[in-house]
Amino acid sequence: MRFRSGQLAVDHIDLAVPPGSVYGFLGPNGSGKTTTIRMLLGLVHPTAGTFRVLGTDARDGLNSVLPRVGALVEGPAFYPFLSGRQNLARCDAADPSADLRTARSRIDHSLDQVGLLAAADKRYRAYSLGMKQRLGIAAGLLRPRDLMILDEPTNGLDPQGTREIRSLVKQIAADGTTVFVSSHLLAEVEQICSHVGVMSTGKLVFQGTLAQLRSRGEPRILIRSTDAAGAAEVLGKLGLADISVADGQVSASLAEYAPEKINAELVHGGVPVAGLETVRPSLEDLFVELTGEGFDVNG
Amino acid sequence: MSTASATGITGFSPGRQAAPVRHWLRLFGSELRNVFLRPRNLAMLAVLAGAPVFLGVVMWVNTPAPGSGGEGAGVFVGQIADNGVFLSLFAIYVLLTVLLPLAVSVVAGDSVAGEAGLGTLRTLLTVPAGRARLLVTKYAMIVVFCFAATLLVAGVGLLMGAIFFPVGPVTLLSGNTVSLAAGLGRLALIVCYVAAALSALGAIGLALSTFTQHAIAVMAAILVLVIVSEILDAVSQVAVIHPYLPSHFWFSFDALLRMPIDWSQVLHGLASFAAYIVVFGAVAWTRMRRANITC
Repeated sequence: MRFRSGQLAVDHIDLAVPPGSVYGFLGPNGSGKTTTIRMLLGLVHPTAGTFRVLGTDARDGLNSVLPRVGALVEGPAFYPFLSGRQNLARCDAADPSADLRTARSRIDHSLDQVGLLAAADKRYRAYSLGMKQRLGIAAGLLRPRDLMILDEPTNGLDPQGTREIRSLVKQIAADGTTVFVSSHLLAEVEQICSHVGVMSTGKLVFQGTLAQLRSRGEPRILIRSTDAAGAAEVLGKLGLADISVADGQVSASLAEYAPEKINAELVHGGVPVAGLETVRPSLEDLFVELTGEGFDVNG
Repeated sequence: MSTASATGITGFSPGRQAAPVRHWLRLFGSELRNVFLRPRNLAMLAVLAGAPVFLGVVMWVNTPAPGSGGEGAGVFVGQIADNGVFLSLFAIYVLLTVLLPLAVSVVAGDSVAGEAGLGTLRTLLTVPAGRARLLVTKYAMIVVFCFAATLLVAGVGLLMGAIFFPVGPVTLLSGNTVSLAAGLGRLALIVCYVAAALSALGAIGLALSTFTQHAIAVMAAILVLVIVSEILDAVSQVAVIHPYLPSHFWFSFDALLRMPIDWSQVLHGLASFAAYIVVFGAVAWTRMRRANITC
């Protein structure tokens, strides 16, 4: 997929989203997440090549497979002059596979699931942002889906709204629907996702379970001591790599060394140990490592 | 389907699709509800209904002398005092200049561009409504609106005519007199003809509407097109292009008020409208099929 300028927007992506997983689709703004989602949903056409969704080739027509996919792309979009219920009725009317006879009960049920039943007859215009997002998810719940694609579902929400969406996502996943959620909010992904894919400038730079992503980061040992230089010397003797000393702290790549053994060696070597811990790089560190530093925040 | 029971959604059988006619009609119904229940459109229809009322009152207060009149709308003016049916024809003629095309441009301009502007286009397409299904439904809605708007003007005009003036056998433009029923039949044919003319304009609006997310831009473009077309149609130096102007045949409905009906003129008009519908329908579909929805 290229932009009209010829700039490559999304290039050769193979998203392996295991059934039943909650897949976090990560990437900085502009890395091609939304473009990828738009393409999967048939909103934009690839400039070259093709793709498959749930085993169906896009060239065979996505309309046969899209009913199995619920989607909330780039925020909810509804008619401001209609009520929440009327908006869902409109979505249901647009779905060729939906049965008019069950529409009412399905609409009520999905409104109930997102907690909007009480506000169902309010105009969409009067909804708060959180309610709008939830209505967007309700539209995805009008029929059973195999896959739910949520593009930045918590964008712009307050903590309460974020929690509501998070619990909804968990609930949808628990009901057996695979959830594909794009985000640049790492804390959120960490809390709800089992699998992650990381995009950077149009390419998928990592894909796997959250544990796999975490294990990419090498654990380090961090020692606080009044004799930092002595500590560094002991670590050096033990053969630890990448030793750095700063502000009375020594850190080194832990590799397969046992931290308690290192502690014993330090004490044995007469180094006063004020504190010792092993740290793993945070998700944010890993994310930045994968996608680049971006704007120089360190000055 | 296991997920069906898990999420508690009942009555959904993914294997069985509703008959195509059914789900097309359902989307069409939803489309009509959206258009005809929208406060803005209702206000517009109220203005369209108010215009014949205004014309009726004006004609009643200052009734034109029987037989007076002249060119254009004037041919109807002189007959209003004798027969209220002509108020309806007069109203159609007057409103067809700007107000009716304006109303059509609002609805047609909004059809796709309005959805794109709200973002609901992506909601509908990911449902998926289907691009062809959505476009055809949109155009069907525009055609219904054209008929409804014309019928409203004609109906209110007729009602006002009946209130303020006598109603009886209709004297046609060719001088023959036909029964009131036959006269109303002619009026019904005129409503259909004018609605067809507006539907052609609606097709242009639909096509333009697929190119932008600003409904107001389409509206303005259509209005400019109508005005330019009407002006050019009045300039005899460019008579060579007159038959190709979108508005050229709009006012040819007077052919339906002659005995016998001048069918060649009527068919010419209808052929022109059909050509516009085919060409701009094709443009709309080409654009709709390929468009990348990024808003």
